[in-house]
Amino acid sequence: MKPAVLTGEHYITGDVACAEGALAAGCRFFGAYPITPATEIAEHMAERLPDVGGTFIQMEDEIAAMASILGAAWTGVKSMTATSGPGFSLMMENLGLGVCTETPCVIVNVQRTGPSTGLPTLTGQGDMMQARWGSHGDYEIIALAPSSPQDCFYHTIQAFNLSEKYRVPVLVMADEIVGHMSEKVVIPKASTISLVDRPKPSGRKDRFKLYQPGPNGVAPMPAIGEGYNVHVTGLTHDERGYPAMSVEAQEQMMTNLKGKIRNNLEDIIETESYRLEDAEIVIVSYGISVRTGLTAVDEARKLGYKAGLLRLVTVWPFPEEQIRELAARVKGLITIEINLGQVHYEVERCAGGQAPAHLVGSAGGKIIHPDKVIALIKEKF
Amino acid sequence: MTKNPQKPLKPAAHPLDDLIRTERIPHIWCPGCGIGTVFSSTLKAIKGTGIPYDRFTMVSGIGCSARGAGYVKLDSFHTTHGRAIPFASGIKMANPDLNVIVFSGDGDLFAIGGNHFIHAARRNMDLTVVCVNNLTYGMTGGQVAATTPNRAKTTTTPFGNPDAPFNLPLMASASGASYVARWTILHTRDLTDSINEAMAKKGFSFIEVLSPCPINYGRRNKEKPLDTLKLYQERTIIKNGADPARADIDFDRGVILGKFVDIDRQTCDSMYNSVCRPCSDD
Repeated sequence: MKPAVLTGEHYITGDVACAEGALAAGCRFFGAYPITPATEIAEHMAERLPDVGGTFIQMEDEIAAMASILGAAWTGVKSMTATSGPGFSLMMENLGLGVCTETPCVIVNVQRTGPSTGLPTLTGQGDMMQARWGSHGDYEIIALAPSSPQDCFYHTIQAFNLSEKYRVPVLVMADEIVGHMSEKVVIPKASTISLVDRPKPSGRKDRFKLYQPGPNGVAPMPAIGEGYNVHVTGLTHDERGYPAMSVEAQEQMMTNLKGKIRNNLEDIIETESYRLEDAEIVIVSYGISVRTGLTAVDEARKLGYKAGLLRLVTVWPFPEEQIRELAARVKGLITIEINLGQVHYEVERCAGGQAPAHLVGSAGGKIIHPDKVIALIKEKF
Repeated sequence: MTKNPQKPLKPAAHPLDDLIRTERIPHIWCPGCGIGTVFSSTLKAIKGTGIPYDRFTMVSGIGCSARGAGYVKLDSFHTTHGRAIPFASGIKMANPDLNVIVFSGDGDLFAIGGNHFIHAARRNMDLTVVCVNNLTYGMTGGQVAATTPNRAKTTTTPFGNPDAPFNLPLMASASGASYVARWTILHTRDLTDSINEAMAKKGFSFIEVLSPCPINYGRRNKEKPLDTLKLYQERTIIKNGADPARADIDFDRGVILGKFVDIDRQTCDSMYNSVCRPCSDD
């Protein structure tokens, strides 16, 4: 029997690294539905979870997979699912339920190219706006984008930690290349991995209010069977969790749902920078496209352009402030992403005309070549 | 002076008050609706088990019946339309010690949620599913459902329903349920006993309860509230052990009630333990 944390050096795919990251984070329930290129996450979890006292179930579709991880989360366990575009679409319904009921869970989307069935075996980054707004209604969500198998391990842990801390579903927006490539992944000792668990209630059970926010805006969450008699509904609800069909209740609920994310942006948002200190041209990227960007920065520097890179580890919530500050001091911004403009428009919005925002995108299917970025730099700068 | 207060100052406690979020009463159900009867039978059955309430949880989908989860004083979940069963399956598999009850309507469980129903039955997921079957979508105003009789009038079948309805006990039984029964809201004692028995049963239990919707179904089909109850009384027959293939709802021929299926089969969680988990002496 293998332990939950496989300390050591491994040569594994991003998909497997996601699964190992989840196990290291304490995930003990996986609701699955097979889909290329995310299937390997489910396969790995099916094998590993029983060993560590967890439970794996392959459901009848992605709607059910998403529903099952919400139910499991309310028993007190950390739960997750993994999918790709078509399945991600089906999960949107219950993702909204997870947001509304403030249910911690993690969803990995190993992106492929769409729309519809698209190119199932080839890469894409076309689900980024769906990640932000795919379920109906107005809400906040957290999405991370791994650029390597090592990232897959860490970002899945980070996703669980954020999910537990803020009681919100967290999305790991990987892609087919990161999911299927094998690289060295270092798994540290369990004792060095810091884990976060959801806030738990204390005090009198009969006075407990399910959605009364704590100090950081997040309400404590009991588990089924702990005697709190919670009522959990996707209807607009008051602090007790009871349906409340009023404009005031809606406003209060939205204030809480948005506030717990918007008021903690500094804690949530993570970015990385490369040669950004003196950069005049800033490449903004996330996920696999960061690798295009890193090469492009070096190539551009060789040609005499002062280029740098901002990597969005957290794509949602969007690092608006950072883009604004950069736009105020640089000659231009270039977003690289494997779609024809999604995060690019966010960069453009935040640049607010202070600096031009360009896109190096593609229709999908393969990683973008750095030459495309160099060509744009030569043309525009 | 002898007092005769028309309204007692403090209403007498209802015997099921300890299972009801009394602060949420009055409920939303219409006059003549049968959901309340099914709801109280379910609560009586829970009480009758003698099991501590915190060992139970109730999950529902969307619709009139699904509002039951909002009135029961248990850990309760009012989820998305049709998804009560997979949500409940997640609960059960993550914590098999809990008694998980799904309380929802026919539209929720058998149209939008039909796929989830058959798969949970196939896996013998240890849930107790109580389905209030009022033959229509009540909450949205009475549209045709997967259970609406052929030729019946609804707002979306103004000329009569061209389709045939599901036979729910047959579907449950064919999909692998361990326990299948059907009652009406007129048969409250049988219903309560049946729910109680179903909760004790290991495996997927399904109880269909015929229940009137006079406002949104009866009204359009020249069926007054008492007419429906008379059908339940006069045009039904209790036949325990009957073949579910003969359980079509046709009041002209007579409708079979009773317990159709009561078999023993390994549950999903126990099979997972024996097949997937490492042996303790490994």
